[in-house]
Amino acid sequence: MHKIYIKIILFFSLAVIQNLSTEEISLEPSLNSQEELQEALILINSGDTLRLSKGTYYFEDGLSLDVDNVTIEGAGMNETILNFSKQASGAQGLLVTSNKVTLKGFSVEDAKGDAIKVIGAKGIYMINVKTEWTGGPKSSNGAYGFYPVESSDVLIDGCVAIGASDAGIYVGQSSNIIVRNSTAQYNVAGIEIENSYYADVYDNLASHNTAGILVFDLPDLPQQGGHHVRVFRNKSIDNDTDNFAPEGNIVGEVPRGTGIIIQANSDIEVFDNDIGGNGTVNLAIVTYGYDTEDENYYPHPRSVQVYDNRFGNSGFDPDLETGELAAILFELSGGEMPDIFWDGILPMSQIIFGQPDNEKIILGDNGNASFLTISPIKYMIGMDPVNTDYDSFRGEIKPLKAVSIEGI
Amino acid sequence: MSGLRAFVVFIFLFISHQIYGVNDSVILADKFPKTLDEFAFFEDKKAQDPADGVLPYELISTLFSDYSYKQRWVYVPDGRKATYEEDWVFNFPVGSALIKTFYYPLDERSLDKGKNMMETRVLLRKESGWEAVSYAWNKEQTEAKIKIAGKTINASWIDQAGEQRSVRYRVPNKNQCKECHATNDEITPIGPKARNLNKIYHYEDGSVNQLTKWLQQEIIHNYPENLVSPVDWQDESYSLEERARSYLDINCGHCHAPTGAANSTGLYLNFSESREKHLGFYKKPVATGRGSGGLKYSIVPGKPEESILLHRMISTDPGVMMPESGRALSHSEAIELIGNWIKSL
Repeated sequence: MHKIYIKIILFFSLAVIQNLSTEEISLEPSLNSQEELQEALILINSGDTLRLSKGTYYFEDGLSLDVDNVTIEGAGMNETILNFSKQASGAQGLLVTSNKVTLKGFSVEDAKGDAIKVIGAKGIYMINVKTEWTGGPKSSNGAYGFYPVESSDVLIDGCVAIGASDAGIYVGQSSNIIVRNSTAQYNVAGIEIENSYYADVYDNLASHNTAGILVFDLPDLPQQGGHHVRVFRNKSIDNDTDNFAPEGNIVGEVPRGTGIIIQANSDIEVFDNDIGGNGTVNLAIVTYGYDTEDENYYPHPRSVQVYDNRFGNSGFDPDLETGELAAILFELSGGEMPDIFWDGILPMSQIIFGQPDNEKIILGDNGNASFLTISPIKYMIGMDPVNTDYDSFRGEIKPLKAVSIEGI
Repeated sequence: MSGLRAFVVFIFLFISHQIYGVNDSVILADKFPKTLDEFAFFEDKKAQDPADGVLPYELISTLFSDYSYKQRWVYVPDGRKATYEEDWVFNFPVGSALIKTFYYPLDERSLDKGKNMMETRVLLRKESGWEAVSYAWNKEQTEAKIKIAGKTINASWIDQAGEQRSVRYRVPNKNQCKECHATNDEITPIGPKARNLNKIYHYEDGSVNQLTKWLQQEIIHNYPENLVSPVDWQDESYSLEERARSYLDINCGHCHAPTGAANSTGLYLNFSESREKHLGFYKKPVATGRGSGGLKYSIVPGKPEESILLHRMISTDPGVMMPESGRALSHSEAIELIGNWIKSL
């Protein structure tokens, strides 16, 4: 009698312990992966890890996760493949809408829309994950590989993004962001930070995209006025893929062979990067180029510091067909494309009275980099507006603070 | 002894369930029951005849779901009432349930030939808030079972024109319910706003305005007298503008609103939006990707063929189409309506 009681007590206490501790669930590829994995993503409890064994999993519908504080971990980005080539519904491969989620060691292939979309997460950590469209650059590929939006504490570390028809790694309307040790190739934009605050982008390789790294800001959105973005120790090289973005998208205007574009953001640092082999221009600092009625939107870049970069070849194969940037620059420079271009566009009051010191573009040492900007006032009075005087933009560099993410 | 007690309790529950109708404890339980039966929302197995206290209702303007038909019921526990919320769904008391069955008539030309039920979705008002789950019907139409991960059903029917139609019908998973039914990240009903219920319903005991009936049945405390209601988008006695905006409100406005899941797009199609740019007029896409179809603006007034909004309504490609979930077919009648509206702008 007593023995039975003890057994029962033991059984229940074990059950309680198991419930409290974190659990690991494992899945293997099967013919029923859609239901098995989606069910696991719904039933997983906070603190648990879902392990995806080596192999290829096929899906007909998008997957989604809405549980906080969980880890989804594969056997490695080349071992565990989530394949969406037969997808018949769902606007992305994997959708995450919960907080403190770690995605690790798997690949999302051939999603019909975006590969991994994350909406409104406080804490999303993507580590050694790959997103790829395997048929090479095509306008029928999905828009984004990694797509966190309206999120905070965003880590993208050791990831690989290939073939996105917009941006391989795209962080939009988010804050507190680190993108590092990652590779973006054969996308329209390799890495794009848009309408975001406090982002560090470093130790990445962006090559063979249309453009390597973009820091953009657009009007008429809930979060705008992008600021505090540091782009450093990256290689943005040999971006030589023709623009294959569907028309209508802002990146569709970006010319092939662009290293880095900074547009309509403030408090930006670009330093210690290798930028070269970009046929149109290595670095462009520009104003948002369209009319907008949004009174809360500031279309001009402010306080951009560029220093200690190593500039390689550029301007040897300008893409005059796509957008206006390359054509304008080609005309202004008489075919001698600069390494660094600033469009010089300012609000009317600043054209007349000058730009406040703390909003100026500052150039530090950048080897033998060439520079070109335009003087709007000279342009207006009919004088030659082109200014290539690098030294007149030299100034004291005031480094920005590093981004830190709690627990990382 | 304890076995006997359990038996008596079981019998008591069984009997009380039969007499009192809806099983309130199942609505409030932590876990969803495995089958729809266990709620006892219906007196019959085929979920046609509602139990006591379960009242059918209709909405003025409804969401397109691949031409499926929908039957709706509301349940509010005895002695409790929902309160009116301005511009929003009624605030239902804990223990309430909203029930919706999706089905295809075998033949749309003669509805009495029978129907094929796909799923019954329930929204349950628990202590902690609303929860959503769906029960998929088996082929024999004898049982509806919970489908946490959703289900694909290949369905077919004969339409008004006598054509055989078919669809890859998707029963949504729990997360997909939230894609539409979330406001500020909380699950919420979409349909039963006072303004959307403000119409005559043909009850078995006579025809009367639904809000009047809900007041009589003590489902609600109150509702305001001067409601501005959306219109039935199919009712051609209303203006093109009213019909189009009503359609966009119920089909797009739950996500495309400043508080909805698609607020990051800046495109707002809810009924109360009046800023032209946010309604999409000459609005450039943000993160649309190939959804743009090579077009430049969400809406180009006067030019439906150049408007991304219409392009994404027409498409059935999962990477392009809108809404993102809940449809596999395009809604040709609505495409005509929205096309005409854009042309008229």
